[in-house]
Amino acid sequence: MSVLVVVECADGEVKKSSLEVASYGAQVAAQLGTTATAIAVGEANEANLVKLGEQGITKVLYDAEPRLKDFVNNAYTKLIATAAEQEQAKVIVLANSNIGAAVGSRLSVRLKASLATNVVELPKTDGGQFVVKRGAFSGKAFSDVVLSGDRKIIAVKKNSTEAQHDAGKTAEVASFSAQLSDADFADAPKQVVMQDQAGGVLLPEAERVVSGGRGMKGPENWGLIEDLAKALGAATACSKPVSDVDWRPHHEHVGQTGITVSPNLYIACGISGAIQHLAGVNSSKVIVVINKDPEAPFFKAADYGIVGDVFDVLPKLTAAVKALN
Amino acid sequence: MKFLVCISNVPDTTTKITFTPDNKEFNKAGVQFVINPWDEYALTRAIELKEAAGSGTVTVLNVGEADTEPNIRKALAIGADDAIRVNAAPTDAYFVAEQIAAIAKEGAYDVILMGKESIDYNGFQVHGMVGEMLGVPTVAPAMKLDMSGNTATLEREIEGGKEIVSVNTPFVASCQQPMCEPRIPNMRGIMTARTKPLKVVPAVGEPARTQVQEYALPPKKQGVKLIDAENAGELIKLLRNEAKVI
Ligand SMILES: Cc1cc2nc3c(=O)[nH]c(=O)nc-3n(C[C@H](O)[C@H](O)[C@H](O)COP(=O)(O)OP(=O)(O)OC[C@H]3O[C@@H](n4cnc5c(N)ncnc54)[C@H](O)[C@@H]3O)c2cc1C
Ligand SMILES: Cc1cc2nc3c(=O)[nH]c(=O)nc-3n(C[C@H](O)[C@H](O)[C@H](O)COP(=O)(O)OP(=O)(O)OC[C@H]3O[C@@H](n4cnc5c(N)ncnc54)[C@H](O)[C@@H]3O)c2cc1C
Repeated sequence: MSVLVVVECADGEVKKSSLEVASYGAQVAAQLGTTATAIAVGEANEANLVKLGEQGITKVLYDAEPRLKDFVNNAYTKLIATAAEQEQAKVIVLANSNIGAAVGSRLSVRLKASLATNVVELPKTDGGQFVVKRGAFSGKAFSDVVLSGDRKIIAVKKNSTEAQHDAGKTAEVASFSAQLSDADFADAPKQVVMQDQAGGVLLPEAERVVSGGRGMKGPENWGLIEDLAKALGAATACSKPVSDVDWRPHHEHVGQTGITVSPNLYIACGISGAIQHLAGVNSSKVIVVINKDPEAPFFKAADYGIVGDVFDVLPKLTAAVKALN
Repeated sequence: MKFLVCISNVPDTTTKITFTPDNKEFNKAGVQFVINPWDEYALTRAIELKEAAGSGTVTVLNVGEADTEPNIRKALAIGADDAIRVNAAPTDAYFVAEQIAAIAKEGAYDVILMGKESIDYNGFQVHGMVGEMLGVPTVAPAMKLDMSGNTATLEREIEGGKEIVSVNTPFVASCQQPMCEPRIPNMRGIMTARTKPLKVVPAVGEPARTQVQEYALPPKKQGVKLIDAENAGELIKLLRNEAKVI
């Protein structure tokens, strides 16, 4: 019996959310009195896999099949299922990402496992039950869920648990082959198009987010948001109406019908704080609201606020961050 | 082409979520239920593709008890041809997926469309489960879906970009913006929806694999600390020294 952790890599690096997942998996293994093995997917670099020891991983399986570099649902599912059988994994932990959820849901059927997505805390394993806490009602609530199957799959919400770093510890990297055939790659993407990130931070992985609403008046003013984001090392986001009218791309739209984020810092500029917007951001650790209307509902959900004009306040904040660094 | 569109019945997005005093159940009192917003993209796109092809059918499917029928009728009013309701409380994603897979198989549907996720339970998993149960590809979440004969071309959102994926029927896809502009029912649609067939069938398969033990609301905020706009730089100091987030 062991815990199997799925680690997503890109450009050789282990994704931040996967470091969290590795650490989560190692802690679950400790709770259950066993060890955690990782299976790496995507474009990995061996030196970075060795470093997963710092998160408490003892062994990392890596299949160097070049077609695994990009996400292929069937191939990834088979790869991880094969690793789970080899390791006799009772618990599989992955990131609640588009890859993690796609693979996790197929695996749960193939391995007859109980699946919980959007998990925000370590499980409670006392009393013979296995209970996880997960976000529900689009960030408006949490639920404690019993995973009653013999096998369990947990998809951990990004930035909701902290990655441990035990400096200097190493993991053994073992080569592994799931004997994948052409048929397993039949659903491979024809083309992968990445956004031009130009040094920017990816919103779903971001620890800090600067977000703009209709109060920004127009796309031509987004330089103010971008300047502050850049100074803070933050990603940029927006409210739904802003992406609806194409001021910003829709993948920046946060909220109940956009993406849910839980950064350490969320700065809302010219956003009123409608319930559907709050649902997507209210698990942020610290919320800052800048709005010229002191009655804007967002202030009720904020930790810090400035009642003022974004066009006046944002440049001051950017300058203050630069002065600090 | 036979389209199967799966819709979940969820609290309106403006709902203030509360639970029963023992925190074991969602408090439905006074709550308005709607078609899951993501599923409206699936429904509208299926209708558009059927119209573009000039033939085909769009069937809506819900796993739920009789109280979901107003929203099933609404989907018929938007333009679906017929509907199926699996008469059971949707206790978890696995249970729901089993019902959808059984109906998809029996009815030999070509394209099974869902929403990205159900906004009540946020599983983001039924589509993958159904694909696996049927042994067909799932593309989730899809921002674009075009069909040419039996081949579909989709854009799948990934973190930081998108993939262009091409699959043959049958397949499962989960839909999100900007796939289409969701339609709203018109008067004629509402009239014809009343007489469109809505079949009620019993549940099949194994029981749920997860059980909710208890719900909780997020902890309340302490209250906002206001900083004078004239002195905006002070905020940055607080974020570093007090909140320690920068
Ligand atoms: C089914 C459904 C789903 C939805 N899902 C989402 C969702 O996922 N995400 C989402 O964001 N919304 C969602 N909405 C929309 C939501 O209800 C609100 O309409 C939206 O969030 C408002 O966006 P906003 O705050 O940018 O604009 P507004 O509500 O127009 O607010 C603009 C704010 O800017 C302030 N302002 C104006 N000028 C300045 C200035 N110079 N300086 C400072 N402040 C200024 C104003 O005081 C105001 O508070 C949804 C709605 C529905 C019906
Ligand atoms: C008040 C309330 C409380 C609920 N509580 C729970 C709960 O505690 N635990 C629980 O597991 N479920 C609960 N549900 C059921 C939930 O609505 C879902 O039907 C089901 O659990 C799948 O949820 P998901 O978030 O995993 O779906 P997702 O995987 O996020 O859904 C993806 C897509 O699957 C389709 N789909 C989902 N559900 C259905 C359905 N019922 N019928 C047809 N198509 C569907 C839709 O197209 C949806 O967009 C509750 C429902 C209500 C109304």
